[in-house]
This record gives sequence, C-alpha cells and structure tokens, in this order.
Amino acid sequence: MLKFFAARLLQAIPVLFVVITATFFLVHSAPGGPFDAEKTLPAEVLDNLNARYNLDDPLYKQYLSYMGNLVQGDFGPSFRYSNRSVTEMILTGLPITFELALYAMLIALIIGISAGIVASIRPNSAQDYIPMSLAMAGICLPSFLMGPLLVLIFGISLDWLPVSGWGYAPGDKILPAITLGTGYAAYIARLTRGGMIEVMGQDYIRTAKAKGLSTPMIIYRHALRGGLAPVVAFLGPAFAGLLAGSFVVETIFQIPGLGRFYVQAAFNRDYTMILGTTILLSTLIVLFNIVSDILTVWLNPRLTLKD
Amino acid sequence: MRLHKQAPWPRRLFTEIHWIRNLDAQAVIKRTRSITRVCLVLSLIIIASCDLGPSNRATGAAQQILHLGNGTEPKDLDPHIVTGVTEHNIISALLEGLVTEHPKTLQPQPGVAASWSLSEDGTRYTFKLRDNAYWSNGDRVTADDFLWSWQRLLMPTLAGEYAYQLYPIVNAAAFNKGELNDFSQVGISAPDPQTLIIDLAYPTPYFLSLLSHFSTFPVHKDTVLAHGKKDERGTLWTRAENFVGNGPFVLEEWRLNYLIKVTKNPFYWDQESVALNEIRFYPIDNAQTEERMFRTGALHIASSIPADKIASYQQNHPEKISINPYLGTYYYRFNVTRGPLVDPRVRRALSLAIDRQILVDAITKGGQIPAFSFTPPNTQGYQPPSGILSYDVGLARQLLADAGFPNGKGFPTLELLYNTSDGHRRIAVAVQQMWKEALNITIALSNQDWKVFLDRAQSLDYDIARAGWIGDYADPNTFLDMFVTDGGNNQTGWSHPQYDQLIAKAATQADQSSRYKSFYKAEELLLIDSPIMPIYTYTRVQLMHPEVKGWLANILDHHPYKYVYIEPIAVNE
Repeated sequence: MLKFFAARLLQAIPVLFVVITATFFLVHSAPGGPFDAEKTLPAEVLDNLNARYNLDDPLYKQYLSYMGNLVQGDFGPSFRYSNRSVTEMILTGLPITFELALYAMLIALIIGISAGIVASIRPNSAQDYIPMSLAMAGICLPSFLMGPLLVLIFGISLDWLPVSGWGYAPGDKILPAITLGTGYAAYIARLTRGGMIEVMGQDYIRTAKAKGLSTPMIIYRHALRGGLAPVVAFLGPAFAGLLAGSFVVETIFQIPGLGRFYVQAAFNRDYTMILGTTILLSTLIVLFNIVSDILTVWLNPRLTLKD
Repeated sequence: MRLHKQAPWPRRLFTEIHWIRNLDAQAVIKRTRSITRVCLVLSLIIIASCDLGPSNRATGAAQQILHLGNGTEPKDLDPHIVTGVTEHNIISALLEGLVTEHPKTLQPQPGVAASWSLSEDGTRYTFKLRDNAYWSNGDRVTADDFLWSWQRLLMPTLAGEYAYQLYPIVNAAAFNKGELNDFSQVGISAPDPQTLIIDLAYPTPYFLSLLSHFSTFPVHKDTVLAHGKKDERGTLWTRAENFVGNGPFVLEEWRLNYLIKVTKNPFYWDQESVALNEIRFYPIDNAQTEERMFRTGALHIASSIPADKIASYQQNHPEKISINPYLGTYYYRFNVTRGPLVDPRVRRALSLAIDRQILVDAITKGGQIPAFSFTPPNTQGYQPPSGILSYDVGLARQLLADAGFPNGKGFPTLELLYNTSDGHRRIAVAVQQMWKEALNITIALSNQDWKVFLDRAQSLDYDIARAGWIGDYADPNTFLDMFVTDGGNNQTGWSHPQYDQLIAKAATQADQSSRYKSFYKAEELLLIDSPIMPIYTYTRVQLMHPEVKGWLANILDHHPYKYVYIEPIAVNE
C-alpha cells in the first residue's frame, strides 16, 4: 500500500506543476494589475511599487524566482494585504473552511443516509419518490438561495440563530453548516438508496429475513453497513468539493475562511494569493482522491492496490 | 420477496463505482461500524449548543461598544501606504493628525496641534503642539514625529500612494519624485519639540483639511523601525500586538477578514471626551449580509444597503435610514481621441439627451441628486456653473445634426464600457435607451471585470466609460485638477490650455473668492467641451440604529469617534 501511495504521489507532481505553471501565466496575462485603482497612481510611485514586488522583471524571471521560492515552501507576500504573507493567510483561513466543511459533511451524512434508507425500504413507492424528489430539489437548490432562505426563517423570523459569524456567538456555525451540507446530503441520499437496494437483494439479507428478524434490525445490523459503502467512496471527492466550494456560504455568513480569500484574490489580481490558494486546493483534491481510492480498496478486500 | 430485480436508476447513475457489484458486505460491516459511530457522536456535539445571548445592540448600549459594518478587509493599517475608505475608518480611530475635524462642519479643530498661525502671504504655517499629546505607549508626541513621518510618506522608495497630499509644501513634490535627495530642503522644520513650521510653495486654502487626512498622520518612529526599514512597506508594525498610536483608541485585535477591535486609549490627551469604550469593525463585503446583520441587531451601523431595500426602510423604519449628500460624482468619460466623440458638439449632445431625474428616481433610488456639473453643488461654498448642461433633447438633436449626424444618420455604433455590477448595468441600459430614443443612435454595452475595466480606461481603449470620483478633501480642487492635460486621472485624452492655466492660477490664489472664480471659469470650459458627462452626485445611504448619537452627517462621511456615544435602550427586537 505504501508503494501505491508513493506512486500516486509521484504522479501528482507533474499534475501540480502544470497547474502552477498554467495559473502563473494566466494570472499574469489577465489585463490589469494588483496596483490598478480608480485613482491612478503617479508613474513614479507605480514604478517603485512594481520594483518592490519584482513585477518589473521579465515574466520568465518572475516565474523562475516564484518557483524557486515555492520549492522552499515560500508562497511570497500578498500583493493586496501588504503586511500578510500568503502562507499566513492560508493558515488563518484553511482551518475555518476545514471546520465548516467537516460540519457540513456531518449534516450531509445524517440527512442523506436517513433519507436514503427510508427511500430504499420500498423502492418505487411514495416512500421512495418523496425523499428522492426532495433530494433532487436539494441538488438543484443553490446555496446562495438556500442560505438567505434559512437565514430569513431561522435567523430573522424565528430569531433562533445568529445570521453571521463563525465562533463569536453561540450557534452561529449551525446555519452555514446546514446551507453547505444540504446539497451534498442530496447526493448522499441518492448514493445510500442505491447501495441499500443493492444490498437488500443479497442472499444474506434473505437469510436474515427468513430467520424472522424485523426490518429495522435487518437494516441496522446487516444491510446498512454494506449499503453505505458507496457513500464512503464519495466522501473524499465530496470533502474536496466542500473545501473548494465554500466561497458562497462564507460570503453569505461572513465567515473568514479560505473560499473568500480565493475569490477576492482573483478580483484583486493578488497574484501570489491566487497562486497560493490554487496550489493548496489542487493539492488537497489530489490527496483526497488518493485517500478515497485507498479507502475504497480497504473497504472491499476483493480489490487490491496494484495500479 | 424480490431476489434480483433490475438495477434501480440511481445505481445506474453511479455505475463507475464498479465494486458495488462485487461487494463483500460481511467484510465491510466491521469497518463501517466505527465510521457510523463517529458520525453520530460528532453530530450530537453540533446540536448541543443553541442559546442566543443578547444582541450586540443590547450589550453595546450597556457597555458603550459600537459595532460597525466596514466594507472590505483593510489592506493594511499603515497610514502612509493605504488609500481606502475602509482603512480611513479604522486609522482615524488609532491615529490623530495636527488638526481634527468638526463632526458636522468639518472645520479644522485642534488635534495634536493646540494652536496654529498662518503668515500674511498664506504660505507659512506655524503649529504649536500640545504638551499632553502621548503615544499609546506613554511616549510624548513631538514635532519631530511629524517631520519623520512626513519624510517617510514622501520617500520615493516607500511608494506612498497619497504622498501628493503634501505636494503644496515647498520641494515636497521634487523629493517625492526623486529629483531632490536632501530632505532638509523640503519646507518642513521642527525648531523645538513643540513647534512645527511648514512652508508652502503657494497659498493653499485647503491645507488644514489635508492635515486631517490619514496620510498626514504621524507614525511611531521606534515601532516602525523595530519591525523594518523606514521606507519598507508591509512590515509587522501595524499588527495588533505591535501597533503604537496616538488616537482616541488603540488596536486590540485584528482577525483577518473577520473583525478589528479597538479599545479606548488611556494615554489619549482628550480621553475624557471619549464616550465609547470599544469599536468593532466588521469587514462585510456583501450588502445583503450586512443588512441582515443590521436587522438582527448585530451591527449598530451598516455602511451599505441593497438598493432594493431602500424604499422598504424609508416606509417602515425611516428612523433607521439616512440619505445624505456625499462629496462625489458619478459620471461617464468620453474618449475624445477617436471617432465621432472628437467633436465637442457630439459629446455635449449626448450629455444633453440624458434625463438624469429619471435615472435617480427610477434606477438608483438612493436620493441621488442629478448632476449638471462635475463638482458637487456647494462644495465648501463653491457653486459650480449651472445652465450649461440640462435635459434638452431639442438642443441635443440640433448639436448632433450640426456635427453631421442629422437624426443619428451615419453615427457609428459606440461602445459603453462599465465594470461588472448590477447598478452600473442598469444605468447603462437606461442611458443606452435614452440615446436611442432621443438621438436615434445605437450604443453597445460592454461590461468588464474591474481590473480589465481600469486597464482599458487608463489606456484610452474605450469610447464611453463609466466612472466615479470621490473628493479627497472638501475643495473644488480635488475634482477640477483631474482634467489638466495628461493628468493621471484625466483618462479622456482631453486637453485645454486655458483650462490648465486656470487650474494653475487657482493654486496660487490665496483669496478664496478669486480662487473660486478661477475654478468656475475652468469648470465652464469643462462643461462646454464635455469630455465627461456628469450623471449624479452621490449620496451616502446608511442604516443606523437610533440609539447611536453624535454620528453626524457631512459631505465627506467622516465621523470622529470621540463625539460618538450610545444611549441606553430597551431593545425589543
């Protein structure tokens, strides 16, 4: 397994290299620069600024020096937030986004698995169609609609939960986690249903029924564990998706996470910040996919980690 | 009992998960059990706490803590390198210049300087610093602090974007541009720790108002030098744990993209008049989020409001919304270097064909004032020329016909460039329609990402471009000196020698009324030639809970915090 892991990591290096290089040249070729503003800077000031951040060097030189620093783990200073380094900003934002993604994932699992089980007990009946239609609606409902809707109900009308923040008022993590989680809950519901129906058709379930076990017992003791396998395989890519896709929820709920930095950096032409966050997210996606592959095999001993 | 029925469709959806078919369920059982349990335990932890405490409004009133929505995350808190309103709002709590502003009239009030005098020819200011002005670490604030700080601002290697604020001082511009290396030749001197003498190159009636701008605030020399070189940008001296200031508040906490907390400064010379114990600034870049926070009492003041909520607030909560004139103009630039826009008659025709009243009533809806001049009316007593621009479709058609396009015949399709924003788009669509109806000409709309937009405007790669300008200080000069030949913010290609002369002349005039006459004549030229099309004068639309007192409206939207306090209230929301 170690060998497999190492091989996959080695494969990731060229992928990341291409991602970094492409991003570097793309952001530098986009019109406008980090120091453009509505009030134009005097030419002398702009020259000094460009010199300070080495933007007056030829692009290939900037690229080489960026890559040189990157190899040493230095993401450089943020062009916009002048007293912050990209590393510091990522270290501030990532744990928050990670926590948000984790809670969202838990909510997605709780709602998704329950709905999936309910639907799978009587396939192609109302008990199946209703939760599955809701799940389809959940997949379709974007978080920029879901978030304000939840805020309107639970934050403003009922006044039960804070409408913004992260860790400042009790309960302020609930609405963002639900908003981010519901879309994934829908996916998980569909996966659970599929897995459960498959397992419920297996011989050992029939045996359990023949022995006179009640349906809830069969589901909990025997079917659930097998039926959840597809969900487990989905967790890795889903978690990467949650991390990368948290921007909307972070904006709606005023959460100082990585997603907001990422999108703002692109608008601000904060070159180093765009590169830093892109590298981080692409690394995470690659990693989660490897982990997900390993988990899949670990769950099913019939598979081996040969390639 | 069903044994093998056809695979249900959701599973067909995920057939790439090939191993479902080969599932050895027994082997999976043990391994998924632990995962299920972990999930259950963690979910219980989340659900555990759900008790809402009192709102920020309630605790704020009890403890004099002001909660403010504050736009975006500040770039930095170094007064010599930042430029934005967001940064201004925070820095003005942390630092204080020679003079401060009256909260209503903006007239200069004593700050670090207890008094000052001006020579008869209007070019030499002598400031007497108060003897009880201290930094937040207990050091005295001296004239040398200003000398050192202003040298820092003017150092070319610092690349301070607001260095030009000091250009009225003798040789300051030359030093900042690197033409002069000897700072002793710049007209700033500190003969003793409590005296600061400033020599101006020309009388500058608005010079005192420059001194309440954050770029001219002093910084603490030892702190700056402890964290880097004098001219180094972005060092750690502005962090909460390092910051030493001389303003009414000290920096207590700076959580990136979340909160900046400042608390009362016990060393501040006028700390007895400071009522607030704490101010919390929240960087909220989404107006919808900010309005929701305001509504639930998480904020006392929201800096922005979604345009579609203005009417509802005016109807249901008029005591919470205020709309005040703001020293800024929303306008369109014409590229006078190409196409039919080379002809001033065409430009003026376009400007005359716009019904600005409809734009502000039906589209912007924030009480904006239709603008027929570039300088907002009554800018420190200056009244811009009126009557040159108006809504006059007949004259517009006539001018267009004179320019060779009767009823828009033969007029090429021009492009109207604006940066992506729903507000700008709606105005552009309306203007496009008005031009079509009044002049029978076709305009193509083009929206661009902010940086692309700036790039194209600066390189004159446009026909018509949306723009906005907010005055740096309350004086017509901050508007009119933009359009001198090759001025960095001109960006229209327009050049008029007589205009340049008038602006240069105004700079040397000490007498306010003759100075304003020069500006008036210059603005007449600008409006007749129409390289720009003023649309409306900005307003500041703000949400504020009524218990906040001492937060007074003025055209710069400056609110010195030492006058602000919160009345005790019974919050029942």
